[in-house]
Amino acid sequence: MRISRRAFIREGVAAVTVGVAAPAFLSDLARAQGTTSRSLVVLYLSGGNDGLSTLIPYTDSFYYSRRPTLAVPAGSVLQIGTDAARTPLGLHPRLTGLREIFDAGHLAVIQRTGYANSSRSHFQGTDIWGSASPALSQSDGWLGRYLDTLPRPVDALRGWNTTRETPRALASRTVAVPAIPDARAYSFSSPNSGTAATDERTAALRMAGHLPANRPQLAFVNSTSLSALATLDRVAAVANYQGTVTYPNNGLALALRTVAGTMVRGTGTTIFWVQTGGFDTHAQQGANAGAYVTLMATVGDSVLAFYNDLRNQGLLGSTLVVLFSEFGRRISENGSQGTDHGAAGVMMTMGGAVRGGLYGTAASLNPDPQNPQLENSGGDVRFETDFRAVYARVLEQWLGTPSVPILGGDFRAGAPTFL
Amino acid sequence: MAGVLFSDHILRRAGLGVGHRERALAAALSPTALIDRLVNFDRLPDDVDTHIGEPGYAGVTARGQFSPNTVIDDARQRWLFRMVHTDRPLQERMALFWHNHFATAYSKIAGTFGAPAATRMLAGKPGEVAGPPGQYELFRQHALGSFRDLLLAVARDPAMLVWLDGRLNTRARPQENFAREIMELFTWGVGHYTEADVVAAARVFTGWNLRANGNARDPATGYYEYVFNSGQHDTAAKTFTFPVYPDGNRTIPARSGAAGEQDGVDFINALATHRETARSLARKLWGFFISEFVEPHPTFVEEISDIYQRNDTRMLPVVSYILSAGWFPAQGHYYARYSWPVEFVVRAIKEVGWVGFSVDAARSPLTNMGQTLFEPPDVAGWSLGPAWFGTSAMLARMNFAATLAGNQKFNLGREAAAARSSPESLLAFFLDRLTPTPLHPDQEVELLNYVRAGGAWTGSEAQLNTRGSGLARLILASGEYQFI
Repeated sequence: MRISRRAFIREGVAAVTVGVAAPAFLSDLARAQGTTSRSLVVLYLSGGNDGLSTLIPYTDSFYYSRRPTLAVPAGSVLQIGTDAARTPLGLHPRLTGLREIFDAGHLAVIQRTGYANSSRSHFQGTDIWGSASPALSQSDGWLGRYLDTLPRPVDALRGWNTTRETPRALASRTVAVPAIPDARAYSFSSPNSGTAATDERTAALRMAGHLPANRPQLAFVNSTSLSALATLDRVAAVANYQGTVTYPNNGLALALRTVAGTMVRGTGTTIFWVQTGGFDTHAQQGANAGAYVTLMATVGDSVLAFYNDLRNQGLLGSTLVVLFSEFGRRISENGSQGTDHGAAGVMMTMGGAVRGGLYGTAASLNPDPQNPQLENSGGDVRFETDFRAVYARVLEQWLGTPSVPILGGDFRAGAPTFL
Repeated sequence: MAGVLFSDHILRRAGLGVGHRERALAAALSPTALIDRLVNFDRLPDDVDTHIGEPGYAGVTARGQFSPNTVIDDARQRWLFRMVHTDRPLQERMALFWHNHFATAYSKIAGTFGAPAATRMLAGKPGEVAGPPGQYELFRQHALGSFRDLLLAVARDPAMLVWLDGRLNTRARPQENFAREIMELFTWGVGHYTEADVVAAARVFTGWNLRANGNARDPATGYYEYVFNSGQHDTAAKTFTFPVYPDGNRTIPARSGAAGEQDGVDFINALATHRETARSLARKLWGFFISEFVEPHPTFVEEISDIYQRNDTRMLPVVSYILSAGWFPAQGHYYARYSWPVEFVVRAIKEVGWVGFSVDAARSPLTNMGQTLFEPPDVAGWSLGPAWFGTSAMLARMNFAATLAGNQKFNLGREAAAARSSPESLLAFFLDRLTPTPLHPDQEVELLNYVRAGGAWTGSEAQLNTRGSGLARLILASGEYQFI
């Protein structure tokens, strides 16, 4: 098999691991580890995003008959072409930002992602996507296991979680990912000033260094303090980052701006977790107006600002965004102008290296219980692409690491070729 | 644990911290009598609110009129004030437990019906506002009452009817949100029911809706209340994969619309009294009262389940047994519980002091620590244990320690004056007062070095104020203080 030079660079991470000029703030440790400049940003839409409102099969009559109040009129969708089965599809009308990225060829939309016997529970679903283990036999997360493979010691800012709680995906046996929702609040204050304050920080740092093996819970809390105190100054360097574009004033956009800031300032971080909520739209979901429109505006506008900022900073090619939600929603709307928990959903990946386009095929929404593309007696969309195949592609082609040990199985074969 | 008073353990774990007054009270009581006093809190007056605004107590900060029934930040302050000053700390502790168990978030309700009505639904105090009690007041009322009664009250609670969309659950279009969570999260948990059971349960609760009484968005002129909407009830029979009735019958019979409310009562009764619900609660209570370091002991789970079922789901005998059986006093379980942010903050205020401190100053630190009262992240409640301890959250704890110690600097300096003779005596004073997990000698050396770093120790007022507050802050911010 002949491998073109271009494909080699795209497929093999080795080409970019060394020789990249280390940005000024890159920590010695990160530099010593030969940290790649490739960043992975996982964007989680929490609550179960209604994939059928994100990517609309606007020529499927069952979409309209099963969603009398929620269907987006065919005339309003942002058409993005047809998939491999020639089904015409369109983005939600308020995803103008994502359409712009799609048109630039940097957005991949992967239809019908999920797994067999999809859990309808938020909590199980989130754990399954986070652990990459539908049987929930793994207590750590897929990204946590990736971090475990890195040579030690791993820099304290190698990962950056922009939410307060550590998501299952980042749960690692050896690496504590700092939770930094707001870089400006990431500081150390004192009841005193001057030397007393300095002495306090010194004492706090020394006390946090107490990591008794026979008291693992105390050692864990102290290691958290240690990690916080060790990263304060580098995080402070990110706090004032404004970006080259104006980010929308919402939590997601501000988190993405912080992510861009860490890249620009070169903290050495390569794994980011970003989250936005409100997708559990059981009621008053809305079609051309309402809650879902706001959600789509938040996602589309924020991601576009991030995309433009990265492009201006020359970081687009070294950034990959992976978007997912814990499940899709029921095909038929409920009586509250909303949708209940369903099965397969839509994933997206974005970045300068992404081969944009539509991946996978749309399900026919014919409610016939025999419809093989649906499950739950025609109620929900059945998965076509295992979400772990997407993870496998990311691990292998982006992070340059074997996916089989991390995912506990070989999912490479069915992976969409967005990278 | 050598040197740790059992009474302090009781006050940290079954109360909300070791306040000086409580410690003095505890010294005069046997452990049994102390536990008895905590559990049978109904014998003490519920008058803590009368002290809001009085000198000698922690302050509240009002923006305009202090309005805890209609302004959520004031409701948060009232709850914090109650936790700091109540004579019935176990009641407030259980209210917090139920708030996490039936986790309901203000933002969705406020987004639906506006801020005043949402605050009223969550925190409206009976007697101060008309209509049904706020959800958190339900938790206080039922703190150690029958779980079945609480579950039924929650199913009819306006805040819950908005939060899990029960208000929209109608015959033509059953709504699964509440139906799923009552099984997954409120009672027995995943594994004991099927998707078909969720659908059937949604039909059971059709017609359990909400109605406005007067101008309900304005708590001054009206309120929302539960209504059973018989015309919206699905009257057909509902069959489950598990027994609903004691005779093993799995089917709730077809009933007329008018009689249909009994469906939900039967279903709640079945869930509440089921052995698996008892076990699920027992495991949760183990983590809450005994230990997060070791798994629930199987004997504990079975004994608690027996007591729960024998006492018709009443929690008072259950909690009473938990606090008196052998697991609770076992020294290996002292400090075997990661404190929740609210527990950390309330305990710190009780142990450091509060005169001149407003509980309002704890509100935004609590958010940074990951626990905003009335705003759990989702219906599963907060992620407990190690999940509280991300780097930002830990920094927020450290910085709250600095805020509180700075605020109480002169009070602390004055009170520590009796221990001014040496850095060692000063440290002993603060360790006794703040009751952290006993420190390793190396950690004590670090703290003494901190005191001595201020120059030769003279015990001057300036040294007491500076190094005393610094010491308090370092202890509160230590890993050892994060456990209760």
